[in-house]
Amino acid sequence: MALFQIAEPGESAAPHEHKLAIGIDLGTTNSLVATVRSGLAVCLNDEQGRPLLPSVVRYHADGSTEVGYDAQKNQAVDPKNTIVSVKRFMGRGTKDIAHIESMPYDFVEATGMVKLKTHAGIKSPVETSAEILKALKARAEAALGGDLVGAVITVPAYFDDAQRQATKDAARLAGLNVLRLLNEPTAAAIAYGLDNAAEGVYAVYDLGGGTFDISILKLTKGVFEVMSTGGDSALGGDDFDHRIYCWVIEQATPQPLSLEDSRRLMMRCREAKEFLTNNPEAPISLRLANGEMIDVKLDVATFASITQTLISKTLQPVKKALRDAGLRPEDVKGVVMVGGATRMPQVQKAVGDFFRQEPLTNLDPDKVVALGAATQANLLAGNKTGKDDWLLLDVIPLSLGLETMGGLVEKVIPRNSTIPTARAQEFTTFKDGQTAMAIHVVQGEREMVADCRSLARFELRGIPPMVAGAARIRVTFQVDADGLLSVTAREQTTGVESSITVKPSYGLSDDEIAGMLKDSMEHAKEDAAARALKESQVEAERMIEATEAALAEDAHLLSAEEIAKIRATIAKLRETAAGDNRRQINIAMDDLGYETQAFAHRRMDQSIKKVLSGRKVDDIKVGEEGEQA
Amino acid sequence: MDFKADHFVLFGIKPTFRLDLSDLDSRYRDIQAQVHPDRFAHAGEAERRLSMQWATHANEAYQTLKKPLERAKYLLHLAGHDIQAESNTAMPPDFLMEQMEWREAVMEARDGGDHHELERLHNRLRNDISARYEELGQLLDDKAEFALATDRVRRLMFLEKLLHEIDDALASLEE
Repeated sequence: MALFQIAEPGESAAPHEHKLAIGIDLGTTNSLVATVRSGLAVCLNDEQGRPLLPSVVRYHADGSTEVGYDAQKNQAVDPKNTIVSVKRFMGRGTKDIAHIESMPYDFVEATGMVKLKTHAGIKSPVETSAEILKALKARAEAALGGDLVGAVITVPAYFDDAQRQATKDAARLAGLNVLRLLNEPTAAAIAYGLDNAAEGVYAVYDLGGGTFDISILKLTKGVFEVMSTGGDSALGGDDFDHRIYCWVIEQATPQPLSLEDSRRLMMRCREAKEFLTNNPEAPISLRLANGEMIDVKLDVATFASITQTLISKTLQPVKKALRDAGLRPEDVKGVVMVGGATRMPQVQKAVGDFFRQEPLTNLDPDKVVALGAATQANLLAGNKTGKDDWLLLDVIPLSLGLETMGGLVEKVIPRNSTIPTARAQEFTTFKDGQTAMAIHVVQGEREMVADCRSLARFELRGIPPMVAGAARIRVTFQVDADGLLSVTAREQTTGVESSITVKPSYGLSDDEIAGMLKDSMEHAKEDAAARALKESQVEAERMIEATEAALAEDAHLLSAEEIAKIRATIAKLRETAAGDNRRQINIAMDDLGYETQAFAHRRMDQSIKKVLSGRKVDDIKVGEEGEQA
Repeated sequence: MDFKADHFVLFGIKPTFRLDLSDLDSRYRDIQAQVHPDRFAHAGEAERRLSMQWATHANEAYQTLKKPLERAKYLLHLAGHDIQAESNTAMPPDFLMEQMEWREAVMEARDGGDHHELERLHNRLRNDISARYEELGQLLDDKAEFALATDRVRRLMFLEKLLHEIDDALASLEE
């Protein structure tokens, strides 16, 4: 057995090599990137030492882009081509977007998701988000000096499938390997909980620039278990700016504003909001292009009263989440505040009053999500750090269902189910000789299909003609650890199968992504083929490492013959990966995947058996610890 | 070890209705700690897929055993007594009468916005349900009276649904 653990010279991947992994908080207003360095999660700053990257992308006519502070500074100069708060458009159609009439963009309605017409062409929110991710990736690569194995990207817990898929597509477009989509409040809980060794039930109140989340988590020794989550994926700090903006217009009643003036005033309103955190009164003054002057003062009391409805709008989901968790406000041991918008005193007061306790604000609300994401990325990349071995059990935020007769929804997976999860449901034909069946997948809590988000429609064809009610069609929903859904349908009596990853009805097809990837490469003068080759090589390397690590641990589960076969397949893959034929590399990877299937099964069985048998020897474990002491 | 193995075997516990929930919780977490996709994010494709299947399976098994009604149904299923919830809805008339009275009381309290009354109904029903689970424990664990247990489970399905409706009514009053 020990014999197989000896790797041949040069073949062994250095097992303790630190893998470079990052956590990204892709925010509505600002984005951040963080990593774990010498066991500590830190945000990576830009060259000027600033941790935040404003989530603003400006498109120039020549197709080049400007991201961050420069784009933000110029937003009033070129509002049509400077995209702010793009996160609000991710996975959304025009009818889903609040205040769309007051936005300066030229919207193009595409299937499911809006697109924006800029003078660099029509851009999907996915492409714009990818620009932000690329900037953060470049920052991380420069700071860390190497290739990244992957990234954890955070999303609002309340994001639905369309919004999550759009985020994952953006990462793919930016050339990032997504280790996991992580819910923002959960990321904050990791950063917070590991820092404070907290135990008990915690609420994370996360009011960002454009989204609101509430998560109720139970923290027990090394396990973060999300009990329930709720929120509003179109409510955030932006809305507070908008309320101030409307108030100013009411007070000052200027002529209809130009796009440029309007954007400038919005910026002043945001500044005023931030100023009011530490001051009793904020002046808002702006000279308009026509020479007219806006000059008003907003005090704290007025600000609180014009935003009161927004705050009570956040408390509804809080109540619902508590109810879903079967808890009352007094069961919550601590309330963690996340997101820049929680700096507003009236928000802190309302949350404090509701939970009857002072909310926790000792971690920077802007950074805490990125830090938690980096910590998780470090763990997922396989950098074992011993003491921080924890487990995260998250949930799906919205119920998944199918359309049934009369436009009603039949729920298949209820909200707050722990992921990954799957559920199968059986359906039958309602007409004699029916050979096809339409399946419509929706997400949401309402009873009518029209009130829920349509995720996908697909058709199961080739059902053999039978009398009504004789066919048995089994539809299986699988939600993975990223909270993404895939659906398969199978006619039980004949085995006709239809499988989709829920994507077509709103998002981008693989072809569209490939096209965007090509466009962006052309612009960056990057070679798409070279990058694809590089990606395959990195993936092959990763696979070899993983397989060798598995062999080193568990070779005893295999016969000498099987080991020889796996070793030969590894050698073949290594040889192919050294060359430049991507197709051959992919084939060699498939081969290795095939050869290691049985091995993977045996390893999983072994680890489960180990847990169960370990149960009966609790006293022995205590003895071992005693010996070490 | 495979997906066909029953849920009790998966967690290494005896197939009984009365069970130590905190022990189940900790066994569930131990198993997830081994099979969860976060443990395999850097592994090969085959292992990642397998891990998702196992974690899904562990979640389903845990949810089934955690809730008393689901656990009872599952035990009856293992004993070869299926509930036939949809095809067999015949219930004794006195039970149905009682149900109708309950429902009327709930509707009246809801329409009148009587929060207090709904709370009272909730607590009364909660106690009634608890007592019925006590009885079910005896039928399943001590007497192995599966036919009778099946009847009790059907009744409990009605009562749990009713409790859910009261909770919904309370929730809508709060909003």
